[in-house]
Amino acid sequence: MGKPLKESSIALAGNPNAGKTTLFNSLTGARQHVGNYPGVTVEKKEGFLELNGSELHIIDLPGTYSLTAYSEDEVVARNYLAESKPGAVINIVDAANLERNLYLTVQLLELGSPVCIALNMIDTAESMGITIDSRKLSTLMQTPVIPTIARTGKGKKEIIAEAARLEKEHKGQREFTISYGEDLDNVLLKMESLIKENHFMTDLYPPRWVGIKYLENDEQILTKGDGLNDGVSKKLRNIVDKVSRHLESTLDTCPEALIADYRYGYIGSILKQDVIQRKFSPDRLLVSDRIDRVVTNRFIGPLIMLGIIYGLYQFTFSYSEIPVAWFESFFGWLSEFVSGVLPDGLLKSMIVSGVINGVGGVLGFVPLIMFMFFGIAILEDSGYLARVAYMLDRVFSMFGLHGNSVMAFIVSGGIAGGCAVPGVMASRTLKSPREKLATLLTVPFMNCGAKLPIMALLVGAFFGKNKAMMMFIITMISWGGALLTAKLLRSTIISGPSTPFVMELPPYRLPTFKGLIIHTWERTWQYIKKAGTVILGISILLWALMTFPGLPDTDVEKFTQQREVLRSSVAASVLHELDKAANSGSRELSPAATELASRLNVVDSLEGEAALKNSVAGRIGTSLESVSKYAGFDWRTNIALVGGFAAKEVVISTLGTAYSLGEVDPEASSSLGDTLKNAANWSPLVALSLIIFTIFYSPCFVTVIAIVKESGSWKWGAFSMIFNTTLAFTLAVLVYQIGSFTGLLTG
Amino acid sequence: MTVINLRQMKVNQSGQIVAVKVSGELGRRIRDMGMTKGAEIKIQGKAPLYDPVALRIRGFTLSLRNSEADFIDVEVKD
Repeated sequence: MGKPLKESSIALAGNPNAGKTTLFNSLTGARQHVGNYPGVTVEKKEGFLELNGSELHIIDLPGTYSLTAYSEDEVVARNYLAESKPGAVINIVDAANLERNLYLTVQLLELGSPVCIALNMIDTAESMGITIDSRKLSTLMQTPVIPTIARTGKGKKEIIAEAARLEKEHKGQREFTISYGEDLDNVLLKMESLIKENHFMTDLYPPRWVGIKYLENDEQILTKGDGLNDGVSKKLRNIVDKVSRHLESTLDTCPEALIADYRYGYIGSILKQDVIQRKFSPDRLLVSDRIDRVVTNRFIGPLIMLGIIYGLYQFTFSYSEIPVAWFESFFGWLSEFVSGVLPDGLLKSMIVSGVINGVGGVLGFVPLIMFMFFGIAILEDSGYLARVAYMLDRVFSMFGLHGNSVMAFIVSGGIAGGCAVPGVMASRTLKSPREKLATLLTVPFMNCGAKLPIMALLVGAFFGKNKAMMMFIITMISWGGALLTAKLLRSTIISGPSTPFVMELPPYRLPTFKGLIIHTWERTWQYIKKAGTVILGISILLWALMTFPGLPDTDVEKFTQQREVLRSSVAASVLHELDKAANSGSRELSPAATELASRLNVVDSLEGEAALKNSVAGRIGTSLESVSKYAGFDWRTNIALVGGFAAKEVVISTLGTAYSLGEVDPEASSSLGDTLKNAANWSPLVALSLIIFTIFYSPCFVTVIAIVKESGSWKWGAFSMIFNTTLAFTLAVLVYQIGSFTGLLTG
Repeated sequence: MTVINLRQMKVNQSGQIVAVKVSGELGRRIRDMGMTKGAEIKIQGKAPLYDPVALRIRGFTLSLRNSEADFIDVEVKD
């Protein structure tokens, strides 16, 4: 897609919860594109808008409160503003929360951006008794101000016309200075002239801004400056050191603190000049506060939270059942159709078992992911998610996580029966990088919907007397393991101080339907795109591992012979009946034909088992037996576990195949359970060891890819496979060895 | 008039910030959100485990951990 040569670009900047996304959606509608900024996991949202015959390129910058170097979001926003120099910046400001919102405005102006202010949510402000004189504000800040209501589209035309005007005038850099007090102002003048003389970063930033960043000890700018001109940078640093010592001794403060004080002081002085009128005291209890009195109450709050989380769960996993079933039957139909059309052979096997089953299995999650994200979008947009983080932060921060981690854990199966793929994707609501990484590496320990049948099978077969108790213990083990691992990771490889919690509790708001739909679709579409590319490749690879090399001809012949023997041992009429039934799909068979069919089935599954054992995956399973015996697993279990990397559902079906049961329906797992129970090398201890292993070992490959995507690096995907499997194996061996040694559960 | 630590403030108590004694990322985050010298605050509530704390400042609600509140001194009316 080539870009037009002269493109007018307009950036949207503003605080989180100021209505920036709503305005962006209303401006661009469906004409948007979500990508990533290079090298970081910050989402880049762009869209197009036609105005008077020319195309405007709109960029929705990440929502931020400030422009520091401490978060990826803020660095991305200010790099974009400085490097791409958009023709105009629409700064969306929450009218009901003007003072804090203007803090970012001041920084945008200092950066020299051509800003126009969208004074948003004036209706909400009015209902709170706040009236704002936008003309006065505009005069005092020397910046255009347009009142808007993004939700209804009011003021939308005016603000975009204003931005287009700014863009056309193309004034470029503009001066905007505020006073930082005598001490700093004098120092800034000195720094400014030094910077101008040496053309120090002046192609990107206004000289005074660079000075301010040096005073603020801004790591990104300092590093950049050192690399560019060490001499000038050192001089600037010396100036900063001197004034810092002076401020420390006279005012007991630092430049950074003084700068923030003066910015708020400047804003306060503007608002005091009759810009803002309040009918009520700012301390007055708002509707939001009254809701919070109940919703975050010490006793009722956690109960309401449990109810809401349970509701989200119900919504996602029960309502998505129907569309998930549609997807399943569609792919079932597709593979049957393709099987019917293509001739037998490798190509058919690859397309049906590799491509359709692999990609179909992944796309089968699509409705689930859509429902999940729709539910989370409601909680996020309404402001409730911030309250969940607020209530649970105490518990999660003990383990080096963040209050916001809870959603990812619940979605992954924290209560039992979620899915780690949307769980890992849900960690996106975490803005703190270390906590986010620890979260997405530990959520796969939760018991997802695909692990549950394995647990149900093993518990049912070996711990039948205490089923509920055992399932509860399994849930506790997953949580304990996940939290302790998070703690371990946060004190070793992801160590570092916890990211400050300091978080706004935004007022409760009714989410807009359009916003919810766009939100949900964006994330779902990213997932679908993945399924079409990376997942397709890996599906084929896994299929190849479980198919090649095929059985040697002599073995194939042996099975063909066995079938022939069976077929020739019965009357021709029975054979005829069976073939007819196979063609017409009828199920009514005579006893003799049923008998023959089931015997042929046994031969088929024996052949399947032999082929699997002979495949690369099978050989891996067999060769692993020498190691896995310490955890009590035989080669059959190993193959099943290797297959479980494709999808955990495969564990049971593969165990079924390996134990010669042919097609095993996960619903009717009792028969497999009985077989395992009676098998010589199985005991409750082996079952327990396998349960532990299943909880902790490598996430399925779809989850691994989600981890790679969210962490922004293959390194963490590989880490989760290796680390989790090692941890799982260690724990399983411990359980099995201690159990064998003490003789517990071996009966 | 007494100066106490923000952590010691009770629900519904109000006061004026006299000092924010931390720099670096945490200091910056606290100040960026409007917790600067002279700002009026009022405690709105505490989370079920008494941590974090929610407070009203400059017309909006902010929450922060007790360990972060430790750096903030507030002048309260007795």
